[in-house]
Amino acid sequence: MKKMFLVSILMFGMAGVSLAADAGILQIDGSTTVGPIGDAFAEAFMGMYPSVSITVKKTGSGDGAAALVDGRCDIAMMSRFMKEQEFKTAVEKGIFPVAHVIAMDGICVVVHASNPVKELTTEQVRHIYLGKITNWKELGGPDRKIVPISRDTSSGTYETFHELVMKKEKMAANVEYVNANPQAHARVKSTEGAIGYVGLGFVDMNVKAVKIDGVMPSRQTIAQGKYPISRPLFLFTNGYPKLGSMTYLFCTFYLTEKGQEIIEAKHFIPVTAY
Amino acid sequence: MLEQANTIEPNQRQAAEFTRPLALTARQDLRGYLAHRGGRLLLFLLTGVSVLAVLLILFFVLREALPFLRQHSLREFLTQRGWYPEAQPAEFGALALMAGSLYVTAGSLILAVPIGLLAAVYLSDIAPFAVRQICKPVIELLAAIPSVAYGFFAVLVLAPWLHDRLGFDTGANALNASLILAIMALPTIISVAEDSLAAVGRELREASYGLGATRAETLGKVVIPAAHSGIIAGVILGMMRAIGETMVVWMASGNANQIPSPWWDFSQSIRTMTATIAGDMGETAKGSAHYHSLFAVGLLLLVFTLVLNLTSEYFLARAKRLAKGKRK
Repeated sequence: MKKMFLVSILMFGMAGVSLAADAGILQIDGSTTVGPIGDAFAEAFMGMYPSVSITVKKTGSGDGAAALVDGRCDIAMMSRFMKEQEFKTAVEKGIFPVAHVIAMDGICVVVHASNPVKELTTEQVRHIYLGKITNWKELGGPDRKIVPISRDTSSGTYETFHELVMKKEKMAANVEYVNANPQAHARVKSTEGAIGYVGLGFVDMNVKAVKIDGVMPSRQTIAQGKYPISRPLFLFTNGYPKLGSMTYLFCTFYLTEKGQEIIEAKHFIPVTAY
Repeated sequence: MLEQANTIEPNQRQAAEFTRPLALTARQDLRGYLAHRGGRLLLFLLTGVSVLAVLLILFFVLREALPFLRQHSLREFLTQRGWYPEAQPAEFGALALMAGSLYVTAGSLILAVPIGLLAAVYLSDIAPFAVRQICKPVIELLAAIPSVAYGFFAVLVLAPWLHDRLGFDTGANALNASLILAIMALPTIISVAEDSLAAVGRELREASYGLGATRAETLGKVVIPAAHSGIIAGVILGMMRAIGETMVVWMASGNANQIPSPWWDFSQSIRTMTATIAGDMGETAKGSAHYHSLFAVGLLLLVFTLVLNLTSEYFLARAKRLAKGKRK
């Protein structure tokens, strides 16, 4: 079954592409957020092309960019676009970074299931995490203290939230930090006054996602870029990869059915408009 | 070697075992000497590795912390509460972090010392032999549970329980971390205290009974005071376990960078030095101020544990001296 499926991908997805080339090594480095996609892509790839060996390192977006610039990797995974400084350094060293958007990542603001608050603005969320709003009463909820929960500052999710919601302002001292999406989910689920943020895949019956600026987070709103707290996930290569090369196949893998399945299985949203 | 020795004295085979050292050839003698010296050197080097490791760690932490200490004021580091190493401008105030470490350490000791001490007394003086044989290994098993397992328990079981039953705003707080750390420190405290209680001579106990003291009086006024140095050493070892623990406090304490107000309120989230290092290290660019500041926190932690370690050494040595003095 699985083999048949892979074969069909080969036939439909890469028809006319010479596969003889590029038996070799593909080095991938970068974001811990994109990492799970990279891992799963690599696994699927090595099943398809046994002669290729792919190593996936997850050291962070910044490290990924640095590795691409230093020539230590072929593909850099990044959960943000390259910074100006990184771009300049790259060009100075003769590396021309090209971005491939492979998936979207949406961050949902979640509250306890019993919380009557249904909608917040980015501004209100920001004020909660700044410590300026401290009681649900101020937002039309019950008289209960707000317990803001954030991801650890080294996570990609935090970085996105910090940039898109906090506008890089400092979070208040009473903000709690947890080090994984499931933990954030568990803390919000068990704490009545809690507010937290997780990836779309972690929203379920036990926590309630709220509308942000009037937009409910969903596959559609995130893929279409309507939901305010969403971001594209990138692969960066040096120049556009040579057509038919392993790097090219890897960077376009997200277009295949298998690639999209993987992206969904890892709780991200494929870049599609249906 | 043995074969050779035997061929030298073929007719004294029986006695060979005993006379062999005297009947060595010069070469064998030299070889033995070299083996002896070489063995000593090898063992010395092996021992040296662990000493060297400690020195190298100290050197490395110092080296990486120095750039921070040179560029930033030590006063801000030790007296300010704001820890925003990535902000513009960055703030490096570790006071709340130190306070957090002290809160969970003190909290865990307040819980673990009475329980640990009573359990040790029970095991050494009161428990029937069978109970003791079962309880001791089980308690020592507590020390073998990985800290991340404790952490999951803290987040998934203890935190909701504290929140629902005690009505705290948040379940991940200083009390949660203290409770878990207390459980983790218990085996150390119980083992060391129990050993030192058991080391108090039978003659002391019998002398006390001989004077008409009850069992409770004997325990409270004779045995425990006699073993107090060992007990204190156990407590300090447990304390070091608590202050250095990372995974559990990272998961259980809530990691909010604040000093509880009012100060006795353990239901608020706090953040410790260890959790800060573990949580922040992944994102820092090597060589940045943030990177060096984490080493400065590490240095601070090292100073804390070093002082504790020396104190415990002192008490252990004193316990040994006292025990020797009593036997005479």
